[in-house]
Amino acid sequence: MQGTILLSSGSDIDIMVHGLFSYELFGHTFWITTTHVCLLIVVLVLTCFSIAANRAMKHASEIPGGFQNVVELIVEMLDKMVHGVMGKSGGKFVNYIGTIFIFILVSNLSGLFGLRPPTADYGVTLPLALLSFILIHFNQFKYQKPKEIWTDMCSPLPPWLPIWFPINLISEFAVPISLSLRLFANILSGTIIMALIYSLLSKIAYFWPGALHAYFDIFSGCIQTYVFCMLTMTYISNAIGEED
Amino acid sequence: MDNITGAELIRACSAIGAGLAVIAGIGPGIGQGIAAGHAAAAVGRNPGAKSDITSTMLLGQAVAETTGLYGLLVAILLMFVQPLK
Repeated sequence: MQGTILLSSGSDIDIMVHGLFSYELFGHTFWITTTHVCLLIVVLVLTCFSIAANRAMKHASEIPGGFQNVVELIVEMLDKMVHGVMGKSGGKFVNYIGTIFIFILVSNLSGLFGLRPPTADYGVTLPLALLSFILIHFNQFKYQKPKEIWTDMCSPLPPWLPIWFPINLISEFAVPISLSLRLFANILSGTIIMALIYSLLSKIAYFWPGALHAYFDIFSGCIQTYVFCMLTMTYISNAIGEED
Repeated sequence: MDNITGAELIRACSAIGAGLAVIAGIGPGIGQGIAAGHAAAAVGRNPGAKSDITSTMLLGQAVAETTGLYGLLVAILLMFVQPLK
């Protein structure tokens, strides 16, 4: 990915994933890239936060104060969000949804701290979407009978006439692709636009990239996190079916 | 002007193609505007349901945005990855 149009203009626009060092495994060359490093930093921060939260909750007091208050606020917010969308079956999915919510949110916001957001790499968002995809279909086969699934897949026509089955199958497999591409493209476009602003206008603009950071990193990052989790919850609710 | 190499021509055409690809942004712009307009009308009719309407609107807009993002991805691939080179 060298010698691209903008990179060859002499300015230091840095939007691409760079390989740091490579290693050989089973005859293939694998690269440790900047995404791995940023991802590791995000995971380390989250791990430290989790350990601190765990210790705070072990010594929890009746009247929450300081750090305990923050942790309870986060957990209550996630609980309310998941239960609001998924209803009675939400309790089983709070862990998964909460985890990916916090992970994607911190990944998106890490652009504020000078990292390249890990979610601006398709190798990060695709596994997240595949996890959701597997969870959706696991729950579909767990809570619905095969006959119901077959009727659902032939949906506009009666189940003995499976003309629409291939189209429905394609739309099923479009779910993880669109989920991952949406998150990836949003964060990547924000990263590219911020890099362009910084490299092209660094001589004359010192403060107004802050407003763009507020939009591209904070607003867009939060919205995309919310949308990813909301769509995952909606698909899982649909897969579970009318249980309540 | 008579010594343009093939690689330069492909690079120039990739830039034009990238510009054409982001025209895909028109559709999501119209769609998101319609969604926001109807959400504003819904809040006007029923101000109590403002938070529900806002979250539904944001979800719908994010889904409508996907097609525009596909165009953007094509443009980014043409500009930075240059598969035709």
